[in-house]
Formats: sequence, C-alpha cells, structure tokens
Amino acid sequence: MKIIARVAELSHRYKNSVALDDVALEIPAGRMAGLIGPDGVGKSTLLALIAGVRKIQYGSVQVLGRDMHRGLNRMVVGPRIAYMPQGLGRNLYMTLSVFENVDFFGRLFGHSKAQRAWRIHELLAATGLAPFADRPAAKLSGGMKQKLGLCCALIHDPDLLILDEPTTGVDPLSRRQFWQLIERIRGRREGMSVIVATAYMDEAERFDWLVAMDAGKVLASGTPAELKSRAGSDSLEAAFISLLPVEKRGRHQAVTIPPRQAQSGDAAIEADGLTRRFGEFVAVDRVSFRIERGEIFGFLGSNGCGKTTTMKMLTGLLPSSAGEARLFGQLADAREVDLRRRVGYMSQAFSLYSELTVRQNLALHARIFQLPRSQIEARVMEMVERFGLTEVIDELAEKLPLGVRQRLSLAVAVIHGPEMLILDEPTSGVDPVARDQFWQLLVQLSRDEGVTIFISTHFMSEAERCDRISLMHAGRVLAQDTPPALIKARGANNLEEAFIDYLEEAAGDNVVEAETPPQLPAQHGASQPRPRNAAFDPRRGWAYARRESLEIARDPIRIAFALLGPIILMIAFGYGITFDVEDIDYAVLDRDQTPESRQYLENFAGSRYFKQGPPLHDYRALDDRLRKAQLTFAIEIPPGFGKAIKRGRQPEVGIWLDGTVPFRAETARGYIFGVHQSYLEQQLRSEPGHSRQAAPVTIETRFRYNQDFKSVYSIVPGTIMMLLIWIPAMMTAAGVVREKEMGSITNFYATPVSGLEFLLGKQFPYIIIALINFATLVLLAVVLFEVPIKGSGAALLAGGLLYVIATTGLGLLMSSFMKTQIAAIFGTAIITTVPAISFAGLFAPVASLTPGAQVFAQIFPSSYFQQISLGTFTKSLGFESLLFNFAMIALLSFIYLVLGLTLLKRQEQ
Amino acid sequence: MKRCLGNIFQLGIKELFSLRYDPVMLFLIVYMFSFSVMEEAQNATTGVVNAAVAIVDEDRSQLSRRIGDALLQPQFQPPVAITVDEINASMEAARYTFVIDIPPGFQADLMAGRPTVIQLNVDATAMGLAGTGAAYIQQIISEELSAFLNSDRGVEPLAVVDIVTRARFNPNLEATGFQGAMALTNNITMMAILLTGAALIREREHGTIEHLLVMPLRPVEIILAKVWANGLVVILAATLSLYLVIQGALGAAIIGSIPLYIFVTVVYLFSVTSLGIYLATLARSMPQFGLLAMIVFVMMLLLSGAHTPLESMPVPLQMIMQLVPSTHFVSMAQAVLFRDASVAVIWPNLLATVAIGALFFSAALLRFRKTVTLTQV
Repeated sequence: MKIIARVAELSHRYKNSVALDDVALEIPAGRMAGLIGPDGVGKSTLLALIAGVRKIQYGSVQVLGRDMHRGLNRMVVGPRIAYMPQGLGRNLYMTLSVFENVDFFGRLFGHSKAQRAWRIHELLAATGLAPFADRPAAKLSGGMKQKLGLCCALIHDPDLLILDEPTTGVDPLSRRQFWQLIERIRGRREGMSVIVATAYMDEAERFDWLVAMDAGKVLASGTPAELKSRAGSDSLEAAFISLLPVEKRGRHQAVTIPPRQAQSGDAAIEADGLTRRFGEFVAVDRVSFRIERGEIFGFLGSNGCGKTTTMKMLTGLLPSSAGEARLFGQLADAREVDLRRRVGYMSQAFSLYSELTVRQNLALHARIFQLPRSQIEARVMEMVERFGLTEVIDELAEKLPLGVRQRLSLAVAVIHGPEMLILDEPTSGVDPVARDQFWQLLVQLSRDEGVTIFISTHFMSEAERCDRISLMHAGRVLAQDTPPALIKARGANNLEEAFIDYLEEAAGDNVVEAETPPQLPAQHGASQPRPRNAAFDPRRGWAYARRESLEIARDPIRIAFALLGPIILMIAFGYGITFDVEDIDYAVLDRDQTPESRQYLENFAGSRYFKQGPPLHDYRALDDRLRKAQLTFAIEIPPGFGKAIKRGRQPEVGIWLDGTVPFRAETARGYIFGVHQSYLEQQLRSEPGHSRQAAPVTIETRFRYNQDFKSVYSIVPGTIMMLLIWIPAMMTAAGVVREKEMGSITNFYATPVSGLEFLLGKQFPYIIIALINFATLVLLAVVLFEVPIKGSGAALLAGGLLYVIATTGLGLLMSSFMKTQIAAIFGTAIITTVPAISFAGLFAPVASLTPGAQVFAQIFPSSYFQQISLGTFTKSLGFESLLFNFAMIALLSFIYLVLGLTLLKRQEQ
Repeated sequence: MKRCLGNIFQLGIKELFSLRYDPVMLFLIVYMFSFSVMEEAQNATTGVVNAAVAIVDEDRSQLSRRIGDALLQPQFQPPVAITVDEINASMEAARYTFVIDIPPGFQADLMAGRPTVIQLNVDATAMGLAGTGAAYIQQIISEELSAFLNSDRGVEPLAVVDIVTRARFNPNLEATGFQGAMALTNNITMMAILLTGAALIREREHGTIEHLLVMPLRPVEIILAKVWANGLVVILAATLSLYLVIQGALGAAIIGSIPLYIFVTVVYLFSVTSLGIYLATLARSMPQFGLLAMIVFVMMLLLSGAHTPLESMPVPLQMIMQLVPSTHFVSMAQAVLFRDASVAVIWPNLLATVAIGALFFSAALLRFRKTVTLTQV
C-alpha cells in the first residue's frame, strides 16, 4: 500500500486545550480517506498540519515523501497539495465574482492568460457554475460556494486534495452533487489522493478508508466495513459511538418519542404569506404554516435558505416585508413586550454572554424576565440540575464544550417557563451523543409540559423526530407534512431521498446548478505547467495586488474612508488649527481717566491683535469677566497715572492675564509688550529732550519663509504629512489583518506565493490610493487654502511617493503582529498619531524636542517628510537641500519591509 | 418604572462583568488614563520650551557674549555659534528656529551712539513657538542692552511708563497641569466613545443583542444600561487620574473644585456615550466603527479647543463646533479646574451638553432596532 501522508508522535496544543495527542497514522495514497468524529476532536488541526498550513509543534509529518517541518520541502510539495479549509467559502473572496475567484488562484500558480481561460472554463462547466461566472461569491448558496472552493483548489491539478468538512451546512442535493463531482474528478485524475473530514456518517460510509477520532486521539482506522464489523453494528454512527470510551458512551441512550396527544385550542404559531426582502433579494417568499400547541415542528433546509430569517420574523426581531405572523393569536410585533414572556428563543450561533459564568447567565435572564426575587435562586438551581450543568455552574460560558453550551442556551431559553420555544439550528456542530441528549430534553418539554417547539435543523435524523416538518429551499416552502407522509408522497426510501426529490423538482423549473455537462472535456495534461518555484515571481505579487484592488473597489465604506476621510480632515485641520492671533478680548480698568491714560490705551485699541470690550469699573468685575473667559487680559491704569507721567515718576500699568491656557497667555503677553514698546518709542520721539537717549539699536526681526506669520502656510503642509501617515498606514494594516480575520490568509499559507510577493502585492493598491490622497491634498492646499508651492514641485512629488511607500510599509509591519482589524486600526492610529502630531515638527520643530523624543522623530518617516512638505511648499526649497530627508525615508521604507518580512508568519501557529 | 430601572441596573452590571474579561480594553483604560496623560503633559507641543537658537557673533565683544549668555533654559537651548554662511542652510534644514546675527563693531557703535542693527531670523513655519519666542528674545536683548548701558553709565534712565503683568489663576504660566488636564479631557472622550460603541457592536457581532431584544426589554433600557455602566468606568478612571496622575505624579496645582469637575464630567459622559452608541448604530462591523470613531474623535480632539483656542478658528467652524459636546466640556473643564468657576458661570455649557446628549440619545434610539439586523462580518 502506497502512503500519501505519514504522521508520527504528532501532538498539538492550543492555549487551553490539547488538539492532538500523540497521533500516529499512515494514510493510503490514491484513495478517498475520511476523518470522522465530532467537532473539536482535532480533525481540522490534523488536516492543516498535513497541508503544511499550520506549524508543527511536536512530532513529524511526511507528505508525498517529504518532511513538512522544513520550509524548503513545503515549497516543493506545496504546489502539489490543495487545501480547502472548514467553513462555507472560507478561502473565497466574497465580493469577487466566481470567475475572479478562480482566476486569482490561477494567477497564483503562474498560469498564462490562455491557460487560465481554458482551465476556468473547464472547471466551471464541470461544476455547473458556468452560468454564474459573474455572480459575487457572497451571493452563492452554500452548496455553490463549496463547489467554487473546489474549483479554486483544483485549478493546479493537485496530487493530494485535502477537504475539511466540505459539506457541513449544505443541502442534501448539493451534497450529493458535490460527491459526484469529486468522483468524476478522481476518475479523470487517477492516483489523486483525497483526505476529507466529515461529521456526516452517511457520507463516510462511502469512503475507501476511515480514521475515527475523539479528543485528539485516533480511536480506530480501516475501511468502513472493518470499523462496523469491529464494533458489531450495522451503522457507522452506532459503530462510532461504541468506539468511544465508556464514560462518554455511558450517558447515551437512543431517543424515543412518545406520540403526541392532540390538543385542542387555537394555533401556537400561524404564519400567512410571510415575506422578507433585502433590497432585490427575496430571502423568504410567501411562507405559510400553522403550528399547534405542543407540537414539535421542524424546519429543514440548507444554510441561507431563509430558515433563520423566518424565525427572526416570528420573534419580532425582523419586520416582515409582507404577510403576517401570529403567536398565540397575537401579531408578532417588536413592541409586544408581554408576548416575549411566553416565548423562549435560541439563535443559531451561541449567543449568551461568554464572559459570564453559567450561574450568572441564568440569573441575569431570570431577573430580566422578572421572576420573583425570592424564587430566582431556586429556579436557577432547578435549571442547572435538569440540564446537567451542576458541575460547570461557576465556569465561564466560553470555557464550556459546544454540547454543554447548547444545553445552557436551552436552559436560558426556558428559565421563564415559556409556552413556546423557537430554536434555530440548536444542534449544529454538536457531536451525536450530545445531540441525542439535547433531543431528550426537547421531548420532555414537549410531551410532559406541552411546550410548542419550532426547531430548524439540517440533520435528517433530527427532522425524522419531529411531528411535522417543512422543507425549505431558496426562501420557499417546498413541502410540509409529517415525515412518513412526505416519504410516502415521493415514494422514497427515506427522508433525505424525499427531500432531494423535492429539491430536484424545484431546481428543474429554476435552472439552478443541477446542470452539469454530460461529458467532461479531455484532459490537457501536456499543457499543464508546473508552477515555477522562483523565489520571486512578479506575477504572483500582481495577482495579490489585482485582487486587493478589486476588493477595495467593491467596499464602499473603505473607499469612502480612504478617499473622503483625508479631504474632510484636511479641511477641518486647515481651517481649525491656527495660531494666528487676532481679536484678543480685553477690557480696561481706567482709574485715572486723564488724557495721558487715554493716549496710552489708544495704542491697544488701535492694534489689530486686540478687541476691546466694555470698560471695567472695579476689581470684582475684572475678576468675574476673567473667570467667565470673556477676557483674555485686562489693563489697569492706576489713579494719578497722568500726573506721574508729567512729573517723570514712572507710573506702573498693571496687566491681568488669564493664565489658564499658558500658551495663549504667553502669546498675548508678547503682543502686549510690543504695543507697550511702541508707545514708549512714540513718547521718546515726541519729546525732543529725550531723543538723544533713544536706544540706537534696532532689533530687526525677520520672519523667514512666512513673512505674514500665518498658520495656514505651516499647518497645511504639516496636515498633509499627518494624514499621509495616518490613513495609509491604518488602511494597509487593516487590509492584511482583514485576511487573517476572514480566514483567506490560508491561501497565503497554502499556495506558492512568497512573503515578499504577498507583502508587495498587498501594499501596491494602498500606495495607489495614498497617491490619490496625496494629489487631492496638494490640490486642496493650493486651490482651497491658497498655499502655493514655492519650491520644487518635482521634489514634493518625489517626496510624497517615497513617503507613502514608507507609511504603507509601516502599516504592513503593524499588521504582521496585529490579530484583529479593530486592533490594527487603533494600534496603528495610536502608534502613528503621536509621532506625527508631537514629534514630526508640526507644532514644535524637531530641533527643540528632548533627546528621547528625537529618537521617535528619527524612526518614523513623518519628521523627514515634514521637512520636504514644508520645504517645498513654504521654504522655497529644491531637491539638493532635502537630499538627507529623501535618503532617510527610503532607508526607513526598506527597514519596514525587511522587518515585516521577518515577522510575517508563513504558517498558522 | 421600577421594573425599567431594575432592568437597566441588571444589564449595566452585566456590562461591567463583560468588561472585566476584556484585557485589551482594560489595558487601554489604564494606559489612557495614566501613561498617556503623563506623556502628553510633559511633552509640550506649544509654547517656548527648549527652542533651538544659533548666534552669528561677528562682533565677539563682551556685549555680544552677554546676549548669548542671557538665553536660558528651559525656554532656550544653549545657543550654538555659527557663521554667516551657515545661516541659510541651517535654517532650511530646520536645525535652528532662531538665529541672532550680531554685526561686527556692534559694541563700539553702541558706545559711540551710532545706530546699529541686530538681526533676528525666525523660522516662521514653527507656528508653536516662533511668535512668542521672537518676542522673548527681543525682550531679553533689550534688557541686556539697557543693563549694559546702565552699568556702564551708572545712571538709571526711566522709561516713561512701566508695565507689570500678572497672570490670574496660573501665576507662573505653568503648562504641565493644563496639558495634563486637556489630555485627560481628550482621553475621556475617546474612551467613552470607544467603550460604549464597541460594547454595542460586540453584542451585535456575538448575536447577544438579538437575545436581549426577544426578552421583555426595551431598546431604551439596553442603551441606558450601556451608558451608565461604561460611563461609570470612565468617571472612576478619570477621577483616579486627576488625583493620582495630574495632582500626584505631575504635581499640578488645581485651584478649582474637583467635585464640580466630576459632576460636569458625569453630565458630559451622558452626552458622549450617547454619541458612541449612535456611531455604533451607523457602523455595520467593528472595523467600520473603528474608522468612523477615529475620524470623529480626531476632529473632536483637534477642534474642540483643547489644542488650539476656539476663538482663532473661522466663525462658521466655531459655530459647528458648538454642536459638538466636547467643545463645551473642554471649556467647562478649563473654567472649573483652573479658574475655579462655579455652576453659575458654566451653566450655559452644561445645558448645551445635556441638549446635545439628548439629541444623540434619541437618534441612537431611533436607529437601534433597525441596525440590529445589519451586522455584517
């Protein structure tokens, strides 16, 4: 038996848990090998390690005969592996069209234009996606997304295809089509090995070879028949449960449902022509049903078929576009607070407070539902006992395993004793044992307490347990009846077949995806290029740049922020930040009232810097108006001022400044001295007797570069400096981290693109955007603020280009260690704002900074570009005076790139 | 009513629990109210501090040296001696903000009563200190000249009028306390917007908000709970910062009433947390909220009068800024902390803050339900 992947002594830990515990495995080549087991047992980790996407912690992994520990081997083997991560369309780009998605992968593998066109055509035709080539990935159904993911994975004809739960959350028809597709591809490419993880046991039955996993360990491996015979059972599901350790299996018992006693009375839920549109998209289309009290009513359908939207309309979370829903005869309305007391709701994703303990979550809900204070404690304990949460009562909800969490959600939903439960896919992702336990609780609630249960699921085995079910597809109800009646109506063997039959009928008049070409085109094996393993291939970088640009172009919020943000801020700053002194408010307390005092004061009244308010009459008024900030300063002329001047006895004028804002007080004081000085000079000149004593020294103050001393000539160039570090760095950082958050970073790990290609490709579109910003800002400066470029325009342009390369590079560097977009945005903003505002010479020149602050000025490009911007705009400088600044920015860009490259992870940790 | 208050209280307690488990936010709160305030207070960006000066001494006389020695720290760095040819290049490279050029034969001309000129070159692009610094230097040179002449002649020629300035509220024009208080004011704004907005978006992204809305709760209760809980955190941090950082570590003199300042901050927090919630209802995801909050915050930071005085802005902009709560808060903070103003003085600002807060609150309430379902990842 040939081996495709060999794993030995493999262990992997996450912060709080062990994902893989000393696993040893040999996976046969040329087969369809399956990994089975519930969620969270280490299947995904194992697959990611085999794919070389995740970093090996302990143990060894050999794939295609190469040790995956070594980066060089991964470079060689990588292009022969294709990896499709878990989650619907996880490796896709949702705003890109079907064609663009596949095209991107083709470019990453260095295919020529003609090759791409032909291969994409072939793949799309084979998967039935050809009619939807222009549709954005986000608008595809779950099944179509998975097929598209497969196209992207297959574009380079891999020898090993790794699929992580490719059919979870996909409708049965699409699932069947998906496996047929895989079969055809394997038929075409003989020798291709496939490793699949799945939670569906019925799928696993059809695989060649299986590995059963639980809690990071391998329980058993072999063909499905071997596993079943070893456990002595006829179904794989039963075999799996019997393979589990005793303590896990112990609690398990088969779910039995006692027949429902028909209840009289009005309906619990009645929907009539319920419709919901989102723009043009009809999510729910004229859905009607009637559910009786005490009934378990199942809602069956794939992800995105409208189940959740319908349920939200029933709870009043979403208003309906048309039609109406009644609960207990009352209209479901957001404002009906009292109705909510009779309903319990569990949303699709876990939606309790994960940062609260089990007890706190239960108590919070009990209090909000106004259970009597004295009963809360007892009710919480009752729920804890009934739902088997006693052992975890003081654990944080986030620390609970998925199955236990779902029990907690149910406990919370029933704590107020509702008459009806609306449960949206409560068992999705939960292992079979825990799922059965959950259903036992539901049966009790329904049969013993008469609670009406409205539940959605995509598990057929659960649907079979419902009193009645409704099959939903693409927003419409296809059929509605008891499960046996539905099976009978279609003459099918089981519910799944019946559902597929209904789906095919629905698709028939809709021409959806079922269409597959009768014959697969012949293999053009000879034309298939092996990707070049060059260390740097500009085509791969360009693939990233092109894709990033497309994504940005389709995100109106990011575009608006990137293009309008700088304009708005520039206008606000240009007008708002000013040190110009005009109209300083002052008032006079003239206790002399002589011609001499009035002559002295005239100098102030005549200055354009000052604005005189009503005169003051006493100290109280003076203090009062200073306190109310109506005055910046007050002038006090003492009694006998005039007489003292005449007698040459130097009277003393008092100035009272508001010292609250020290800078403003200092500025005012400077101007006051100026006026005072000019008064003295006037006096000297007017009195001939004093003229010889006139100081013969003139201090000639030359305000250079900015003769009028206007803020705008300095602040506007400075604002360009500030905005061009702030926004480009933030945008770039968020752009890379976004891929980490969305999961598409996996494509970087799994394809032959190198770190340098990735970084430069990601950076390129942001440089272009930043250059557009730069051009707009310069235009605003010249046209709106009338700040002319007095120096070399070419130097400004060159400086701007270098600067945005540096600032986007800084953003890339930041992104290499940020994990979430919000952290990238705020982290980058905080890191860039302080150097730009305080340490770049915007207000105070770098030369007057403390030595410590000067270090900051030197490691950020802002201080150098400030010189260039200010130099070319206001100081009339050219290239030669600014050479040092150019050199420093270029050096910093290079350092950022090298650091970013060093810190960029080539694998998931 | 009682039920309503009970709900608001319970939900608020839950907010506090949630915050306890958010290490990033906790770190930001601690950082913003301690180190960030210290750092901003100590690194003045305006005013004449540590200015770089050069002297071209072509006279090399006793008097010219005396002028150089009179420029003292902390306002000025020790002057650097350069030559005439270096003036242009060094000013172009912004190595010096001020260059004083003392001509040859300066002292001799002065003694002989011949008119002579000292040139003071100012880099007028250094807005924060060029104007005031030039005035200082002129004054210092004048004083040195008259002192030199007087010591030489032994007579005291009196100026016609003498001028004495006294600064009310802050006699030494000490900037640390003011800058610290303004940094605190800005950080209150930022943290209040960030905490409340992020709390709402997080609930939306985790789906817990749907959970709240299917319970017998009204949106107004959910919003008010966030307002009081996050407001409480900010007010506690701000109070500690005022006592421990601004008064304690920075040793700033605060002449006003701290309890009144805290009261003003409480009123302001209603306003600004409502703004935070409103912004969160506009954004569809956390990154969008981040970008939006960032732009709003930076505008508030630079334009509400904490950095540059409001009176210097164009009148239309001043009027727009009157609609922003932080403008009123900055002006109240200055009045209360540094001018010891009472409620009688600040009530118009207080009233405006409440009115603007009510406006944002109502707007947030109107959008609240609509946006719950808008979440996108």
